[in-house]
Amino acid sequence: METIDLAGVQLDLDVQGSGPPMLYLHPEHYAHLHAPFVDRLAERWTLYAPRHPGFDGRTPPSDFRRVDDLAYLYLDLLDHLGLESVALLGASFGGWIALEMAVRSSARLKALGLIAPLGVKFGGRSARGFTDLSALPEADAAHCLFAGPTPDHAIFSDAEMIAVARDRQYLAYYAWKPYLHNPALARWLHRVAAPVHLLWGAQDGYADPALGGALAERMPAARLEILPGAGHYPQIERPDDTLAALAAGPCATVAPNSGD
Amino acid sequence: MQVWHFSEMAYHPAWEELGNSLRNVVPSRVYDPVVGADLYHRYLDEWALCDELGINIMVNEHHTTATCATSVCTIPMAILARETKKVRLLCLGMPIANRMDAVRVAEEYAMLDVISRGRVEMGFVKGAPFEVSPANSNPATLMERFWEAHDLILKALTTHDGPFNWEGEHFQYRQVNVWPRPYQTPHPPVWMTVASPGSAEAVGKKGYVIASLNTGYARTPTIFDAYRKGAEAGGHKPTKDRFGYLALVGVGETEEEGRRRAHQILDYSRTTPRAAAQFWFPPGYTANEVTAQRLQNPGPLKIPLRDGGEFTMQTGSVDEFVNAGIAFAGTPDTVFEQIKDFNDHVGGIGHLLMMGQGGHLSHDDTVANLTLFSREVLPRLREL
Repeated sequence: METIDLAGVQLDLDVQGSGPPMLYLHPEHYAHLHAPFVDRLAERWTLYAPRHPGFDGRTPPSDFRRVDDLAYLYLDLLDHLGLESVALLGASFGGWIALEMAVRSSARLKALGLIAPLGVKFGGRSARGFTDLSALPEADAAHCLFAGPTPDHAIFSDAEMIAVARDRQYLAYYAWKPYLHNPALARWLHRVAAPVHLLWGAQDGYADPALGGALAERMPAARLEILPGAGHYPQIERPDDTLAALAAGPCATVAPNSGD
Repeated sequence: MQVWHFSEMAYHPAWEELGNSLRNVVPSRVYDPVVGADLYHRYLDEWALCDELGINIMVNEHHTTATCATSVCTIPMAILARETKKVRLLCLGMPIANRMDAVRVAEEYAMLDVISRGRVEMGFVKGAPFEVSPANSNPATLMERFWEAHDLILKALTTHDGPFNWEGEHFQYRQVNVWPRPYQTPHPPVWMTVASPGSAEAVGKKGYVIASLNTGYARTPTIFDAYRKGAEAGGHKPTKDRFGYLALVGVGETEEEGRRRAHQILDYSRTTPRAAAQFWFPPGYTANEVTAQRLQNPGPLKIPLRDGGEFTMQTGSVDEFVNAGIAFAGTPDTVFEQIKDFNDHVGGIGHLLMMGQGGHLSHDDTVANLTLFSREVLPRLREL
């Protein structure tokens, strides 16, 4: 793990593995349960995995509080690293950031992998884009996120439990209202020039898989793949299937530093 | 010591039907507006009586709940501003981090202050955690919004030479120019509720009145000490009139009668925790260490007793609440001694915020409770 200073923001960046470059943007919950998946990504890609400001335990600068800020930060990161033809993979909240980056500039992107991204809401004012987890009992909220057994908080360490609380805090910080989406994002999805691979757990109770279909229709080169037996985090529940899908999709066809 | 009568205007007829969840997700079909109208008038009558008894008035607000039907604190304040003539009117309070229009808050307080001819005491509160959901306010930025609203409201109430510009993080107005100006100069006194030494110290630095709510023998002294420390750091004198404490009071002609009244009022305390667990820890509202602990070990709210041990808030007895310093109950003599003891224990309180009605306590009992208190206890408290 290295810490770099980017536009006045301290950013923790994990770099590991070898192969073509991939920037991986993590989702909102359960960093430690994602660690095995992240390690396996590094078997195929040179993986750049930053920790979002706030989620890292630091207080972000007072003028850094929107998902736009995260998008610009990571566009700066791509410039800073000098990466070309990057596979950009984002899961859930990270997928939202990836979408915000891609509508601004796809210049350095070879492909965009999105695992059940937040960030876009279709439907009217009475329709919920995403399940309001904070209004549900803890156990019901967990069942929205997982198709199978849910994480057992009782066996989490103190540090892991504090991370759970902090992750929720910073998801709220960036995305409480409008809830988990940017109302302006949908109309610019046509600007995503890179090929897009959408992956969605069939039993996602947080972000309905139907959202994946609607997103795919709005982007010029997108396809949706539904992963059975998984909820909102197929990378935790079905890591083999998720990795196999990514390996067979546009994220894996990137040639290192091809410049395209 | 000044005394204030507080009631949450509970809609208790629905409590039994709603069971263990009285907040946020409860459907309003269980509210009968005809019954509700009678209750509103009844509670207002009890407050109006306070004007004759020499007991000041305190109102608050909660949302989406059968425990408190005051969803807009300035509405009873407005009625009482005209209906009463002498006593002071405390709104404790206005949840300014959950109010999206801070200038409107300044307007409401200013208008109330003028109508009441300068009897308003202006409370600003963080609001309970379960208030976040009804307001849909961002819990992760709640306190920065609170202080920005505070700064803006005070500037709006004290600026008298035309519009000013405000472009903050949470509030933006280009022409702030509040009419009327408040009756009191420079503005009505400011109160804030505190629940921890940290928040007490912050309010102490400002020199405002603090209200510590039901914090009892165990927690109140450290909160008051933190206030004194903050006040000294801020160059303010932490005089007794800076310290408010909220407790439940049941007084009767006999011990049994006073304790029975307290027992009924205590249903306020017993119903307060009856909110679904997920509404207690909005993300970022509480320190992550505390949230983490509660997520891992969810359990009923416990209250520390004076001499060690603890009891469950939702089922506590009169004895337990009295022992903890949260209720004062019995004859006027007993109640006076209990209040005096508590007052001495915490180093002096200037304001007793007395919940003189709560739960199923009837109108007649409430009137008797307030009247007996004002006749037999209040004069003796003035000496403290």
